[in-house]
Amino acid sequence: MLRSPILIRISHSIITLFAMSIAVFLGVYALGNPVDLLINPQANQIERAQMITQLGLDQSLWVQYQRFLSAALHGNWGISFDSNTSAWSLIVERLPATVELALCAMCIAIIIGLPLGLIAGLHPSRWYSRLIMNGSILGFSLPTFWVGLMLIMMFSVWLGWLPSSGRGATTNTLGIPLSITTIDGLMHLILPAINLALFKLSLLVRLTKSSTTLAMLEDYVRYARAKGLTEHTIIIKHVLPNIAPPIITIIGLELGGLIAFAIVTESVFSWPGMGKLLIESINMLDRPVIVAYLMMIVSLFIAINLIVDTVLIMINPRLRKQALSLQSSLA
Amino acid sequence: MKIISQISRQLTGIVTISCLCLTSLSLSAATELRIGLSGEVTSLDPHHLASQPNLTVARHVFESLVDVDTQNRLIPGLALSWRAIDPHTWEFKLRKGVAFHDGSPFTAQDAEFSLQRPLQLKSPSGGFAAYVRAIASIRIIDTHTLQIKTKSPYGALPEDLNSILIVSKKHAVNANTDDFDSGRAMVGTGPYQFVRYQRGDRLELSRFSGWWGTPPAHDKVTLRIVPSDPSRTAGLLAAELDMIEHVPSADIKKLSKNNQLKVIQATSWRTILLHLDQYRSPSPYITDLNGSLLSKNPLQDKRVRQALSFAINRLAITERIMEGLGMPAINFVSPPSFGYQTTLKPETFDPIAAKQLLTEAGYPNGFQLTLSGPNNRYINDDQILQAVAQFWTRVGVRTTVEALPMSTLLNKVRKEETTITLLGWGSFAADLAIRSLIATTNSEKGYGAWNWGRYSNSKVDQLMTTALSTIDRTKREALAREASILAIQDVAIIPLHHQVVSWGLRSGLSYTPRTDEFTLAQHVTIR
Repeated sequence: MLRSPILIRISHSIITLFAMSIAVFLGVYALGNPVDLLINPQANQIERAQMITQLGLDQSLWVQYQRFLSAALHGNWGISFDSNTSAWSLIVERLPATVELALCAMCIAIIIGLPLGLIAGLHPSRWYSRLIMNGSILGFSLPTFWVGLMLIMMFSVWLGWLPSSGRGATTNTLGIPLSITTIDGLMHLILPAINLALFKLSLLVRLTKSSTTLAMLEDYVRYARAKGLTEHTIIIKHVLPNIAPPIITIIGLELGGLIAFAIVTESVFSWPGMGKLLIESINMLDRPVIVAYLMMIVSLFIAINLIVDTVLIMINPRLRKQALSLQSSLA
Repeated sequence: MKIISQISRQLTGIVTISCLCLTSLSLSAATELRIGLSGEVTSLDPHHLASQPNLTVARHVFESLVDVDTQNRLIPGLALSWRAIDPHTWEFKLRKGVAFHDGSPFTAQDAEFSLQRPLQLKSPSGGFAAYVRAIASIRIIDTHTLQIKTKSPYGALPEDLNSILIVSKKHAVNANTDDFDSGRAMVGTGPYQFVRYQRGDRLELSRFSGWWGTPPAHDKVTLRIVPSDPSRTAGLLAAELDMIEHVPSADIKKLSKNNQLKVIQATSWRTILLHLDQYRSPSPYITDLNGSLLSKNPLQDKRVRQALSFAINRLAITERIMEGLGMPAINFVSPPSFGYQTTLKPETFDPIAAKQLLTEAGYPNGFQLTLSGPNNRYINDDQILQAVAQFWTRVGVRTTVEALPMSTLLNKVRKEETTITLLGWGSFAADLAIRSLIATTNSEKGYGAWNWGRYSNSKVDQLMTTALSTIDRTKREALAREASILAIQDVAIIPLHHQVVSWGLRSGLSYTPRTDEFTLAQHVTIR
């Protein structure tokens, strides 16, 4: 019996999620006792003991994990110790800000990075190609923290063109508060998006350049030229689709990383996203939030990779036919 | 090329000037105050978590019965006066004519409800229960008089009540944290009322016209949450923020020199001190210079403790490492606080005396130990640890530094894996500080909850207990001072310095710096 590759992937994903939940739970448990940070210094030992019982921290590790798992399966990811609201709602509240920032950064990286990499790959020995490649080295060597601060110094303090921190005015689009729809929001978004995009941009430039250089040496390009096709057609119709798979895979992975770990940029620019929430929760040992966050990230990565795999299958004519024929044979 | 650079320079100049003009124009039109806060606000519920950022924002919307002035002394708040009518009963006369933001009057019922709420909160609370623990019962005499009975005579009740903010019974009964965060239950008596809250970003407030006190200077207040030090300073420099709290020590000189800004400072109520392991012999982590465990705990010898204190150059620490953000300390509490003893002077730097004392005590070659402390909690804490370690190594006590995030450090301390540990403590009163820091540990009574060195001196305990049960403030302060002197002379802890708290403001604003480190928009005036 033929098994659908999608179903196999989904079953693997569930196993991964389960394993991650155990790893995350154990890891967070090893950090310390959150009560020490939450309890008022004036409190006495009895109040402390009461709080421990209230938070369920007196149970054995296994019991705590069981409680967590059964609650999670019911959709309850725990109450944040610090904010006293559901951990899940805290994350969901901050999600639009981070996703907005991550998507903007990714767009900047793709729109600038791909063409630059292509140009550098097509004429690698020209002066502008060398300039692009050296620029990309700077791009991934400079620490994000430093670049962010320099951007603030230059554009906020010295020039006064852009705001130095925070998120701008938001409008509710389809029930989600987005700041990209307002001028004020865009002004607040530019610097953090550039800061976040820099590393990915450099990565994409280098990846595209090396893929293009290799692709231009392939036989099919020579035959296409012999056939009489213009350079323009060769690049768009033949080279780009062939160099796409690794680039799309990388973009997918990096997008997940951007959403999950834009911590440095969010801290420097005080962007109210999930990254700042994670750092604060780690400092305050707000375990429910840390655990819920990490589980969400794992699910996100799995989902993104699933989508990327599907896209790769679809753009490759051979795999597409294979997948579609499998579908019809199953039906 | 030259022309291009000249033109671009001129353009930059024009753009900057026009931006500055625009911002200054907009500032003079509306009286809006934008403050950059340095800590994360986790919840707007004033009875949930007793963290400085939470209380800072709450104190704009809510008030307490007993208020505190900039010098850490008690003044009337929502209670006009209070007195003990007998050792177990306090009578509070409440202020008349106070209205909540919805117009309803403030009465004794709201006060009673607010004092009982910390104990009734079903959610895990950050220990506000500690402040109402002493209360046995509350009786409403009339709409503006409250009688509070304590379980035993307790002189520090007014100090404790400062931390309980008064909420409107009508709105807060059955309210949970979400009701506060959304603004539904954010009805208080304070000078500002809730407008909008964006978690992790900002809290917007507008002036409450019906407030009983002197109207504050600004109509609109935006409390921006900017925990990143450089971003906060940049915000002030870029004129996006009018005021910031906790100016990073490295930026103080630069901001002071700036004509558009000024920096104000005050001695904070926080004292940085060292706890010494005094209860275990041998102490598990003190070894001789070869690494073998010492059979006796040297820290139990007062001469050794004294030597360690003499070996530290406190002036060097406050001037160089704290860059002026510290004041050498000898008391448990900072100068303006209740129970501060002026005759005690910070230990002089005397490494020769230190070496002599160590030799007298039987350690001519010194020994080895580990100094632990946080690296993310107090101003320049990890640098302080390194400096102290070096001072001690110079007199023969080879010290290794263990700087950890506060969460991990507290874990280690609870497991009793540290020898000497750094801690910062802020308190209104010396007897309250002694109760938490060096009183003999007693879980039932709640004494010595932060007595990490397990110091135990029955005379100090006695003086502290008597002080706390004394209602007469003069007598109580004298007892508190006596207890402090006794404990300090016995080197119960090694005090290092009092922190200095700083704010950065636009030159056109004025704020009296507060010992309790709170940033309150209602006290910011326009010059």
